[in-house]
This record gives sequence, structure tokens and C-alpha cells, in this order.
Amino acid sequence: MGETQTQSLSPASPSMSVIAPAVAWLVPGAGHLIQKRWIRGLLLMASISTMFILGLLMQGRVYRPNGGDILDILGFVGDLGAGGLYIVTRVQNWGQGAIAHATADYGTKFLIVAGLLNFISVADAYHIAIGKKP
Amino acid sequence: MTLELSHFSAAVLFSVFASVVFGITQRNTPSEQIRYGLYCFVMFVGGVFVAGWVMWLLRH
Repeated sequence: MGETQTQSLSPASPSMSVIAPAVAWLVPGAGHLIQKRWIRGLLLMASISTMFILGLLMQGRVYRPNGGDILDILGFVGDLGAGGLYIVTRVQNWGQGAIAHATADYGTKFLIVAGLLNFISVADAYHIAIGKKP
Repeated sequence: MTLELSHFSAAVLFSVFASVVFGITQRNTPSEQIRYGLYCFVMFVGGVFVAGWVMWLLRH
């Protein structure tokens, strides 16, 4: 991963500080890829996407927008972090199965944590765009 | 298609993915990123074993 050693700390164009986080939210890892951090971007994409897909395969529950229990609201916020993955899942109406076994609950947690990890990835893409991180 | 993982394998997979993201996002240089990712992985999996033994001691 010698890519970062040659990157300067000068900020990219001002528009990049808006585009990179937006793209990073929509497609996990893409915020790094458009800033030519190829290895980091691919690793983030693989990790977050695989975690989200595993959560779906484990029959995890995908939270919808809600105003009820605080844990349900936080679950929705976590899921929303996955961006495009969450949108596709909602459009396809996946993740609505009844939780019938213990691993389904693990799946729900995988989905939430994938979204939360993508929030961290979005912040990292922003820090690269403003020149705070190589 | 349904995937049914054991608690341990789910915990290890969780540790791998979370450690990769933590390593990349929380450190600046590649060597630091690898070292911190490995550190997080060891702490995650170590925590699973520690929690397992604590629960075993509470049970007995």
C-alpha cells in the first residue's frame, strides 16, 4: 500500500470535499477510489459490502424509517449509513423476513454495523479531500 | 439462500471486516494501518475468548 506515501497533504478541489463524501456514502469505498486511493477504496468496498450482504444472507432485519422505539430509530440510522446498499435493499424489499433463528439477529447487527462502518469511511474520504489525511 | 453461522464464526467475520475499516480509517501510513488493523482484530477475537471464559466462570 505504498500509494499513500506519494500523496501530498494539499487539499483537492473544493468540490471534491462535497463529492467524495456523497459518493462514499452512496457506494462504500468509492469516495477513496475517486481520489485515487485504490487499495484502500477496494478494501473498504469489499469489507463493508460483504458485511452488508452477509447480514442479508443471515436473514437480518432491515429497519425502515420509524418514530417508535429509540433502538428501532437507531437501527434505521445505522442501516441508512450503507447508502446505496440500503436503497437497493429497500427497493427490492429484502430483509423483511421474520427472525426465526439466532443467526438472523447476528445478521441484523451485521447490517447496522456495515452502515456505521460506512459512516467512518465517509468521514475518512472527506478528510482526504480536505487534505487532512494522506 | 440462507446463511447460518455459528456465534464464533460470525464474531470472527465481524472482527475481520471491522478491523480492516478501523485500520484504514484510523491511521495515516500503510504500515500503521496494517499494524492497527491487526491490533483491532486480535483485540476483537481476544475479547470473544475472554467473554466466553467469563461466562463459563459465572455459569460454574
